[in-house]
Amino acid sequence: MAEAAHQYDETMPLEYRTEESRLNILGFWIFLGAEVVLFATLFATYLVLFQRTGSGPTTSDLFEIKDVMIETLLLLTSSFTCGLAVFEMRRRRLSGLLTWLLVTLLLGAGFITFEIREFIHYVHEGATIQTSAFLSSFFVLVGTHGAHVSLGICWMILIIIQLLQRGFTPRTARKVFIVSLYWHFLDVVWIFIFTLVYLTGMVM
Amino acid sequence: MGANHHHETFPWKHIVGFILSLVLTFIALWVALSSGWTIKAILGVIVTLAVLQAALQLFMFMHMTESDSGRVQTINMLYSFFIAVVVVAGSIWVMWFVL
Amino acid sequence: MKWSEFFVTGEPLIYAADVAIVLTVIGIVFVLTYFKKWKWLWDEWLTTVDHKKIGVMYIISAVLMLFRGGVDALLMRAQLTAPNMKFLNSEHYNEIFTTHGTIMILFMAMPFIIGLMNIVVPLQIGARDVAYPYLNALSFWLFFVGAMLFNISFVIGGSPNAGWTSYFPLAGNEFSPGVGNNYYAVALQISGIGTLMTGINFLVTILKMRAPGMTLMRMPMFTWTILITCVLIIFAFPVLTVALALMTFDRLFDTQFFTMANGGMSMLWANLFWIWGHPEVYIVILPSFGIFSEVVSTFARKRLFGYKAMVYSIVGIAFLSFIVWVHHFFTMGAGAAVNSVFSITTMAIAVPTGVKIFNWLFTLRKGKIRFTTAMLWSLAFIPNFVIGGVTGVMLAMAAADYQYHNSYFLIAHFHYVLIAGTVFACFAGLHYWYPKMFGHILNERLGKWTFWLFMIGFNICFFPMYFLGLMGMTRRMYTYSEGLGWTPLNVVASVGAVLMGIGFIVLCYNIYYSARYGERDMTGDPWDGRTLEWATSSPVAHYNFAITPEVKDLDAYWEMKKSGKGFEIDEEKLKPIHMPSNSGRPFLISIAFFFAGFGLVFKWFWLAIIATIFIALGLILRSFDDDDGYYISVDEIKRTERLSGKGA
Ligand code: HEM
Ligand SMILES: [Cu+2]
Repeated sequence: MAEAAHQYDETMPLEYRTEESRLNILGFWIFLGAEVVLFATLFATYLVLFQRTGSGPTTSDLFEIKDVMIETLLLLTSSFTCGLAVFEMRRRRLSGLLTWLLVTLLLGAGFITFEIREFIHYVHEGATIQTSAFLSSFFVLVGTHGAHVSLGICWMILIIIQLLQRGFTPRTARKVFIVSLYWHFLDVVWIFIFTLVYLTGMVM
Repeated sequence: MGANHHHETFPWKHIVGFILSLVLTFIALWVALSSGWTIKAILGVIVTLAVLQAALQLFMFMHMTESDSGRVQTINMLYSFFIAVVVVAGSIWVMWFVL
Repeated sequence: MKWSEFFVTGEPLIYAADVAIVLTVIGIVFVLTYFKKWKWLWDEWLTTVDHKKIGVMYIISAVLMLFRGGVDALLMRAQLTAPNMKFLNSEHYNEIFTTHGTIMILFMAMPFIIGLMNIVVPLQIGARDVAYPYLNALSFWLFFVGAMLFNISFVIGGSPNAGWTSYFPLAGNEFSPGVGNNYYAVALQISGIGTLMTGINFLVTILKMRAPGMTLMRMPMFTWTILITCVLIIFAFPVLTVALALMTFDRLFDTQFFTMANGGMSMLWANLFWIWGHPEVYIVILPSFGIFSEVVSTFARKRLFGYKAMVYSIVGIAFLSFIVWVHHFFTMGAGAAVNSVFSITTMAIAVPTGVKIFNWLFTLRKGKIRFTTAMLWSLAFIPNFVIGGVTGVMLAMAAADYQYHNSYFLIAHFHYVLIAGTVFACFAGLHYWYPKMFGHILNERLGKWTFWLFMIGFNICFFPMYFLGLMGMTRRMYTYSEGLGWTPLNVVASVGAVLMGIGFIVLCYNIYYSARYGERDMTGDPWDGRTLEWATSSPVAHYNFAITPEVKDLDAYWEMKKSGKGFEIDEEKLKPIHMPSNSGRPFLISIAFFFAGFGLVFKWFWLAIIATIFIALGLILRSFDDDDGYYISVDEIKRTERLSGKGA
């Protein structure tokens, strides 16, 4: 780490001001590249296995479009509000930032609630993770996404606490920016789950 | 340095992005459930729509191209999508004989 | 679970190992206490975030694992020396080839390479540390506890026994009850996370922290190969992460991914495993190419021939290595179309690999060659690796592979690339960069003894295996009957293995001997080197470079020396240097990972949950941590530089 780590460059948004922050943001992008491959592998598994339902239910037996649309709209909107949070941060409005982060967090929690309800519903219909290769891969793919969202919620709470403690600093700004990248990325993954799991499952 | 440091007062970019993503979602929904096209056509269209929407998030919400690492970030994402396609399409093709 | 199942019982070899382990632990604790070294251990090593020390710890672990994997290898060779041997039974043999393969690749070859890259890359690019020093420590400790978790399997609970590839259905609950394969899934998962973080860390380091003037095309070849290796790690390891997670689910929670009923597809495991597995072999071979490039150009006293061609060829490999994986299971039945395509891509990847052989040969041409130990390893690499490569292309032809597949021909092939490629490179790199790590040179005479013993032993051991394969001997068979005519060649192979073992012992003795009597390296540049690491003192100061060097040429330090100046440190220009603080958290978090993993292996979920809470706690504490590191004052830098004889 060079001395530059502590030199400010005033022309940039706060989250890019220190060398350390720039390195961290780039590193996080690269981590997201790895996450793309991680989810791609889960998608590959799902797509190879989803018609192998054994004696269990098939996709069209199970999926209901209403629940899926509610989850999709909640997550899409949360991605938008998360973008607004960063927008407010770049205008240096702490209250705006906190408000939108909170809204994002609540929308995310709503998403998770609906997802858990969906899973419980399936299990009550006898469709568990052990029933068939299709259901194993379904629960693991969608569940991994859900676990990511839950983790994102916890992470956002930590950052909100730090914002309340410390206000805008290059460090808190960078953390907000990185968690926003994470959140948008989870929306990207969901778009593909929506398309390749739910819509495809209802078509086939 | 590409990092935009303008002081916009209204988040136009985000609102446009949000509306576009809603539109794309509902088109996909309609194509899948109500269009009556062949399965192949439906799959082709909805996957294309998903890719468009992903690109939208990356450019409009995630500012992928900004900062002095914008190029690296973009190459990184493109490469990861290349690998993703290889893994998904490759696995399906290779395992086709058992499907 | 009963205690008699918890501890592995019934084998004299295992009891001997139990005793050895207990004695070693007691010995270590005694020495540390007697010499009052606990605090030193904690302050200097367990909490360090210095890339050089982390590199040294990687290499020590790798050498230990080379010992473990080597003992496994010798046990197998002992069993196979004569027909109908009763030394190991079939079950024990299965466990040993599984742990041998897994340990050699994941806990020996990779960490050895990662150790060298930790030490060398920041120095070669003129940086003070890596991009994320804290993460670097965490990467190391995760690898380390993963390796330890894997290694205790043979005394606690039982070793994995389904091969290093752990194919289903064999690795599933039905055919492998017991905890052995849980160890495989969980230990590899933990160390894999560490490896992924290393990949990200070094990619960002190389892209963002190069000294001024070092454009991409002025980067030393070793750094280039590490850059591409990082790309392979980042995009291949997530596939392993998922494959292992699915395996864990199948084994612990009875999911149906790779099972034989309810739609499960065991062949999907092979597919996922090799999507990671092929890039993995390039992860251990590309850095080796980088090491050989550095060594050859230094000791031929010539600039690397065809630098650009070499860069393009390794970039090409970054793409191609992701589209060849099916060559590991041509015989699975995917059909002519699939096999043909992957056969062609496989042969295509031989081209960029072959290009490099000519680069090295032309670098050697008309060079003033110095036959140091490092150079001997590099020179021996070329013909031996060509043998491995050519037989690899034979295996790449899908139709012919139906004959070679899973025979000793394959065993010979991959040992020729893994040993002549990776292991030779690790030894070359160890000798070459040893002065940078410890300040003294590894004894050359002993080094040459190791070289000749190991290199000749290697050929005696593995060359006959090509013929054993053609004669019909298949891999993973624990014994064979008398009339097959395989006995003479097997005896020869075992003799070779013993020679390699002796070579390894000489190497260990050399490390001890050189520490006591070795020649000190006072100049920092014992080999008349060409790249920036030789501009530092040996051993390297904590902050690497007192002032950041300016790079004007590919061989940056060579250019400085030729222009008559060398790397001068103008005391006027010194500024305080910012360094990251040590932290014990990476070590402690990794310990928690160990217990979480152990809990999963034995399905003691309470333990796994408690340990996971500790992991989360560690991460939260890190998030609230405001430590900004500290500064080394100009006075202290001056003192250090004068002591090392570098300061003006
Ligand atoms: C030190 C000298 C070595 C000897 C004498 C040796 C010997 C052997 C033998 C006898 C086998 C088992 C063959 C069978 O029964 O199928 C084997 C397998 C294997 N070896 Fe080595 N080996 C050595 C070094 C290495 C190194 C350095 C690596 C990797 C870097 C390596 C990687 C492997 C792998 C991956 C397998 C396959 C394991 C499996 O079938 O699951 N070996 N080796
Ligand atoms: Cu391969």
